[in-house]
Amino acid sequence: MATTKVKNEQLAGYLEQYKSLENGAGGPEWLRPVREAAKQRWSALGFPTARDEDWKFTNLAPLAKRSFSRAEGGAPVTLDDLAPFVFRGQESARLVFVNGRYVPELSDSCAQPGGVLACSLKDSLELQPELVKLHLAKHLDYEGDFFAALNTAFLEDGGFVYVPDRVTVERPVHLIYASTETSSPAVTHPRNLIVVGEAAEGAVVEEYVSLGGNEYFTNAMTEIVAGAGSVLEHYRVQRESRAAFNIGTVRVQQARSSHVACHGVQLGGALVRNNVHPVLAGAGADCLINGVFLPSGSQHMDNFMLVEHASPHCGSRQFYNGVLNEKSSGVFSGRIIVHKDAQKTDAKQTNRNLLLSDDANMDSKPQLEIYADDVKCTHGATIGQLDDDEIFYLRSRGVPEQTARTLLLFGFAAENLERMRQQPIREYVESLITDWLPHGEILKKLR
Amino acid sequence: MLEIKNLHVSVEGKKILKGLNLSVRAGEVHSIMGPNGSGKSTLASVLAGREGYEIEQGAVLYQGRDLLEMDPEERACEGVFLAFQYPVEIPGVGSIQFLTAALNAIRTHRGLEELDALEALQLFKEKIKALQVSDDLLHRSVNEGFSGGEKKKNEIFQMAVLEPTLAILDETDSGLDIDALRVVAEGVNALRSPERGFLVITHYQRLLDYIVPDYVHVLMGGRIVRSGGKELALHLEEQGYAWAGNKDPAEAAAT
Repeated sequence: MATTKVKNEQLAGYLEQYKSLENGAGGPEWLRPVREAAKQRWSALGFPTARDEDWKFTNLAPLAKRSFSRAEGGAPVTLDDLAPFVFRGQESARLVFVNGRYVPELSDSCAQPGGVLACSLKDSLELQPELVKLHLAKHLDYEGDFFAALNTAFLEDGGFVYVPDRVTVERPVHLIYASTETSSPAVTHPRNLIVVGEAAEGAVVEEYVSLGGNEYFTNAMTEIVAGAGSVLEHYRVQRESRAAFNIGTVRVQQARSSHVACHGVQLGGALVRNNVHPVLAGAGADCLINGVFLPSGSQHMDNFMLVEHASPHCGSRQFYNGVLNEKSSGVFSGRIIVHKDAQKTDAKQTNRNLLLSDDANMDSKPQLEIYADDVKCTHGATIGQLDDDEIFYLRSRGVPEQTARTLLLFGFAAENLERMRQQPIREYVESLITDWLPHGEILKKLR
Repeated sequence: MLEIKNLHVSVEGKKILKGLNLSVRAGEVHSIMGPNGSGKSTLASVLAGREGYEIEQGAVLYQGRDLLEMDPEERACEGVFLAFQYPVEIPGVGSIQFLTAALNAIRTHRGLEELDALEALQLFKEKIKALQVSDDLLHRSVNEGFSGGEKKKNEIFQMAVLEPTLAILDETDSGLDIDALRVVAEGVNALRSPERGFLVITHYQRLLDYIVPDYVHVLMGGRIVRSGGKELALHLEEQGYAWAGNKDPAEAAAT
């Protein structure tokens, strides 16, 4: 039982920081009570522990007992520093945040009058105040989720993307969160809001990277509001430092007949929690949750998927593949809730994992809660090694064993990559995975 | 080129091959026929180097070298090719990527220069066209979602690309329609040459109408019980394997 004393110690730094922010003042007046309510919640909830069913496989103590200060400026970043992360000419807009702060000089925002908007959340409060007020903090559960509450209390800046009704933005909007070296370990609370109008279409890439930052804590939350008949491809590419903490949540609110794909690529971080939580609120909505996580060393990656079917005729498909090396550990929790009225639900979930070492550990847990009677729900999970028959097949053609294994490992992840429709991003992710693989250089020769 | 001497093999303690002898010279096509469970696929797997087989006795020499000592990929580089009875599906691994890796590994082993991606692709397209197989196969993951016939054609296509010295076909004809069977047979016949040997393992005589063997052997109970020319296959078709298994047909008739 976490005593009040322990809880108070763990929260002391955050309470201090909250005070220094004039108790949630700043920004529009309506935001203040939201921040305050959120602060009440996280200070009451405290860090989740292993006794919390949703945190059973992840020990947050290393994060909870560490103190972080609010990120200051840090070292200056140039566009050249960002070169490895930027799809030059392939993005419709780029928003760059360094240690949580928006840097206009590195960004290429988009603000068409009455049209597509891709800017910092701060700027959006001036450009689209009503829209922001309508959606911000309306979907994330800061009542019950400690990290959502923490993020909301410290809500200051992040990315804002708005695609108006019936508008299509073909190239993705790219959000880059870079962490640089700071004098003491820093915490940031990026907050993104993505609003896609009726029958509109867009793509957004969130990327979390380290530019010299080592030990820090990113607590990033994204709210996505998908209008009726809209289409959105959302990507989260997580490349934090190997000593960083990354808690990330994507909360998607889907209207009738919308289609949202949430892709995830988890590579960095010492302790990572990847929450994806779509609510299929309108009839005929459809979501795809697709991703790979590739921990090695002593990295821990916890993927927590929660799909809520709240209306009839909705579909959800989850495909998560993990490759775990060395002493790393991974978690996949796939919770599907089918509410009473969600008849004709079609939900599918697949989690496949490869363990490359005897010391790697994986927990996979499907959870179905079904309150409707006419539904189709399937789930499947595998944890294992590469298939001997596949290795033999490749070797029998002359392919050396090392190459065979590398091809198969890449193929394992490639299944998920094939579902990523944005080609430049898919190719970028392919190269990241190739670099990650134990003998990935072998593949470069075969392109 | 291939010399199998008194080969005894067991799988998980069960004896499968019990003293098999076979000799294949360059330029020859040997067919091995036999009922289910006689050890045909075990022989193919052992020759290709699949794990899980215990060699209890005997030896296999390939071009004078101990074949059983070699890794599967070394056997392939030395020119051994197995067309699988059940080719595996490998999602996510592109056919072109896979075959380029295989071809260049073999070329390097043979002291030839590696082909670049374009040269390799051009070669694949030529070979697949010659077999009159759709080059659609090239642009999919290895065998993924292929029909039974497509998988077998893909095996033959790979054989055409890798140009083995000793090709072993493990029931490549099973379950094939006549068109696919012709593709398989033409693929083999196109490669027949004085330098190459073939071991065609089959359950039925049908394939041998198209690939005419020099020798036919009957494998039963882990041993070759009869050997003969191509007419032996026809005889088997009429008489059934029970006939071949009897050491003395006259004795069988008497009982």
